Order: sequence, then structure tokens, then C-alpha cells
Amino acid sequence: MGGSHLALVHGLNVAQQIAFFALAGAMVLSALRMVTTKNLVHAALYLTVVLAGAAGLYILLAAEFIAVTQVLVYIGAIVVLMLFGLFLTRAPLGTGQDLDNNQRWLAAIIALFLFGVLGVTLQKGFKGTHVNAIPITDGGSNTAAIGVSIFHDFVVPFEVASILLLAALVGAVVIARRD
Amino acid sequence: MPGDPLFNNGLNLAVALIVIIKAIIVFVVVLVSVLFMVMFERKVIGHMQNRIGPNRAGPFGSLQSLADGTKLFFKEALLPAKADKRIYRLAPILAVVPAFLVFSIVPIGGTITIAHHVTRLQLVDPPWGILFMLMLSSIAVYGVMLAGWSSGSKYPLLGAVRASAQMISYEAAMGLSIAAVVVLSGSLHTSAIASGQHGLLHFRNHTVPLPAWNLFRTWVVPFIIFMIAVTAEMHRPPFDLVEAEEEIAGGFNAEYSSLGFALFYLAEFMNVVTMSGVTVTLFLGGPDGPRILGHSVGPFWFVLKLFAFLYTYVWLRATLPRFRYDQLMDLGWKRLIPASLGMLLFVAAVRTGSRGWVIGVMVGLVVGAIALMRALSVGARTTEVEAASIARAGRRA
Repeated sequence: MGGSHLALVHGLNVAQQIAFFALAGAMVLSALRMVTTKNLVHAALYLTVVLAGAAGLYILLAAEFIAVTQVLVYIGAIVVLMLFGLFLTRAPLGTGQDLDNNQRWLAAIIALFLFGVLGVTLQKGFKGTHVNAIPITDGGSNTAAIGVSIFHDFVVPFEVASILLLAALVGAVVIARRD
Repeated sequence: MPGDPLFNNGLNLAVALIVIIKAIIVFVVVLVSVLFMVMFERKVIGHMQNRIGPNRAGPFGSLQSLADGTKLFFKEALLPAKADKRIYRLAPILAVVPAFLVFSIVPIGGTITIAHHVTRLQLVDPPWGILFMLMLSSIAVYGVMLAGWSSGSKYPLLGAVRASAQMISYEAAMGLSIAAVVVLSGSLHTSAIASGQHGLLHFRNHTVPLPAWNLFRTWVVPFIIFMIAVTAEMHRPPFDLVEAEEEIAGGFNAEYSSLGFALFYLAEFMNVVTMSGVTVTLFLGGPDGPRILGHSVGPFWFVLKLFAFLYTYVWLRATLPRFRYDQLMDLGWKRLIPASLGMLLFVAAVRTGSRGWVIGVMVGLVVGAIALMRALSVGARTTEVEAASIARAGRRA
């Protein structure tokens, strides 16, 4: 165990490691602040920091297209829509309201359970395997390779996912209709 | 070869120095161009409205924006009682930083050689290229939204709500019309997008006496959609509902004074300059143009095209009345997004070069357009009926 761990550290770039732990630390802190803050808008902003940290992690993995998409979709659209919803509805906009409920322990247990499941799955699935990244071509970019793999190799799952999203969209419209 | 050739031989002190110098130059140029743009806009609007415009500070009033900036700098920075202090201070920065950064990906010329190092006339040429612009414009929404919210008063909040809805709606149309360009150039590098528009236009083995700019290669429509979407994205007139003075007292930045206000002002005008630069790069060939006296003068053509756009934005402001909010949303969602989606499909079909795809897509677009018209007319009728029933209920009460 110790030997393989050491080999892993040797194989990785030191700067990459430092950046990973800095990003991960910032993400964990922001995630904690997000669920403990008393202000809904602040919570949304802490969520933005967590999502930006995830984008940073993608850049560390040389997946810059995914990183930019992460910022575009999650920070640029989803959190903005959340804020928009907060502004439009009569959600408590100030500080000091009681945002807590008595499901704290239940939530903690579920979070721990999810962490355990994901951790064990990753450990079982990828233990000791070397994951081949998509090769970087075209002047330091693998965007073209990602495009080919989505629209060529995985076109059916891609289309199924888009139909699913379309169904969700239509469903939302039907629910939101006035009559 | 996309990417900046500066880094081909690894990183050393000279390369780092060149990058730093380029960054400073871009910073200064953008800042000076904003000072110029403020003066230009006030002068041109003045002349269009048959008055003189600023003419006191400096020759022809050219130092007016400098004087305004200095005045704002020395004013008292007010903090509203109900404001959220940290976010109130953060918001102007969130507005101005993306506006600055967008210009870093705009190519203003080919390559130059500084001390045996070949480099592009643009600050960075990242592989995510044009997506970077979309990313920054989606971050710029935060500046406006948080400014409105953190001011802790009603009108700024209304301005922020308007802004976020408007910017999100038009981002979709903007992204789709950029996608049409990316389909043609086959690269996200802004340098590759610009250099792909070199030469004369080819159409079915014929050479058309037009430049091969994306404006023509994408059949003009995406360019028009992009221009409208960008105007809305920058909340320039006629889409300046974000700060409609008559309705919401100046909108999201009503509570700002001094430096905070100056930063929003700076961001607004900087966006005009940088987005004009992006438009030139995407649709008008960037620095492409004929040689003069045997020299390649990319930056000259770039600045010339940039000026055309700056003038157009001022012209629009002086000419068009402001949209109503429902008109704005109708235009964005019911006209521009379907049209840009259709044009994307059409451009992609033409790019495949097979007649079957072109005919198939065209038939599909006609069917889709008919279905959309029908849906819109049904929707309009329903709205009318509802409005009438609400009015009747009002009379009865």
C-alpha cells in the first residue's frame, strides 16, 4: 500500500498537487459556509465558489473544454437562475431569518452514506488502473477529440440525454401554466 | 498552427517579459479607448441631436471624460444603510474585470517578431478561445445582479431582476450564432477564426468578388442576430431597460456613487469596445484587408472596422426608442433563438456539402417555422382572451 502510494506521488506533478489541495480546501470551506450561512444570496454565492473550484479541477486535468462549460452552464446559468428565483419570489432576502430545520442529522447521515458509496465505487472500479486521458492535439487542446467522441462514439446516449432534458423542459412549462 | 508560437520553445525570462508587456499594452489601450469612446459617444450624439456636445475641457472637449473620471474619483463613496457591505463593494469589480479580460482574446493583427521571438498580436490565444468570451459575459451578469441586490433598495433590485432575465435570454441567441461561426472555422481559437476568413469568397467552385468573411459565409443572418444579442447583453439602447431612468430611477447602479459608479460606467463603455472587437473577429475577418504599399496592415483594418461598430452603437442609441419589457422577451425567445437555431442547422448542412442534407434541413426549417408561427398566434390569442377576462373581472369588482 505504502509503495504504490509513493509511486503515485512520484508520477504526479508537484505544482498540480499543490493546486489540487488549494482548490479542494477552498471548495470544502465554501461548501461548509454555504450550508451554514444565514443568508440565501450568500449561500448561492458560496455555491458559485464551489462550482468554480470544480472548473479549476477540470483545468488541472487538462480538460479545459469541460471547465469552460462548467462555468458557462453552472455559474453562468444555473446559479444566476437560482438568484433570479430568489429575487422574484418572496424568499427571505435579508440576514438573520431562520433558514434551519430539524433534519440536520438526517442530512448528515445521507451525505456520509453518499460519500461512502461514491468512494467505495471509485476505489473498486479504478483501483490501480491508469486512466488514459484523451490525447492533447491541436496546439494544446482536446476539444476536437471530445466533439468526435460525443457525436460519433456516444451519439445515442447523447441524444437520449437531450430528449430527457427536453421532456423536463416541457414538463416544467406544463406545471407552470396558469390554467 | 493555432496557439501562440511564443511558447514553442518553452518558457524563459524573455517570453515572460513579452507576455507582461503585452498585458500592460492591452490594459492601457483598452482604458484609453474607453476614455475616447465616452467622448466620441457624447460628441456624435450631440451632433445627431443638433447640439454641440462637450466642448469645454481641452481641444474640442477631448479631455471631458478624463475630467469626469477625476471628479468621480474624488466624490464621497456612499454606503446605503441597508446595503450588504462586502457584496456592494465586490459588484463593480465583477462588472469591470470580465469587460477587461474579453479583449485579451481578440486578435488585432498577424504575428510580429520581438527580439527573435515570434508572437501573435493578441494577449492570449487559448484553446477555449471564443468560449472564454461567452464565459466572461455570463460572469458579467453577476456584477449587475449583485449590485442591484446588495444596494438594499427597491429600484436597483428591479433593475437587477430585469438585467439577469435579459442577459440570460440573449446569451442563448448569442451562443447559437457564434456556434454557426465555429462550425465554419472548425476551431475555437480566435486566431484561427480570424485567419480562416482570409481571401475571397468561394461558392460552388465559383469565386465571388466578396471577402471570405464569416458575415457572408454564414449567410448574414447570424451576424444580425449576434449584433442584436450583443446590444441586449451590454444593455445598450434600445435594450437599456436595466437602467430605464423614467421607470426605475437609474436601475441597478442607482445607489452607487464615486468609484463604484465610475467602475460600472467604465465597464459599460469597455463592453462596447471589446464586444465590437469580438464582432469584427467573428464576422468581419478581424485584421483581414488588402495590403497597402506592399505592407500587411492588419491593425489598421481592425481599428477601422472597430470604428464602424462603435459608430453604429452610438447611432442606434441616438435613433431607436427603448423596447417594452414584453417586446424584449418576445424578440429574444420567440424570434432570435429559433432563427439562430435554424441558421446553425442550415450553415452546418451547407458545410457538409451534400445536397441531401441541405434540402432536408430546409424542408425541416420550413415545417418548423410554420409550426412556430401557429404556436405564436395561438399564444397571442390566449393572452388576449385572458387579458379580456381579467379586464371583465376588474369591471365587475
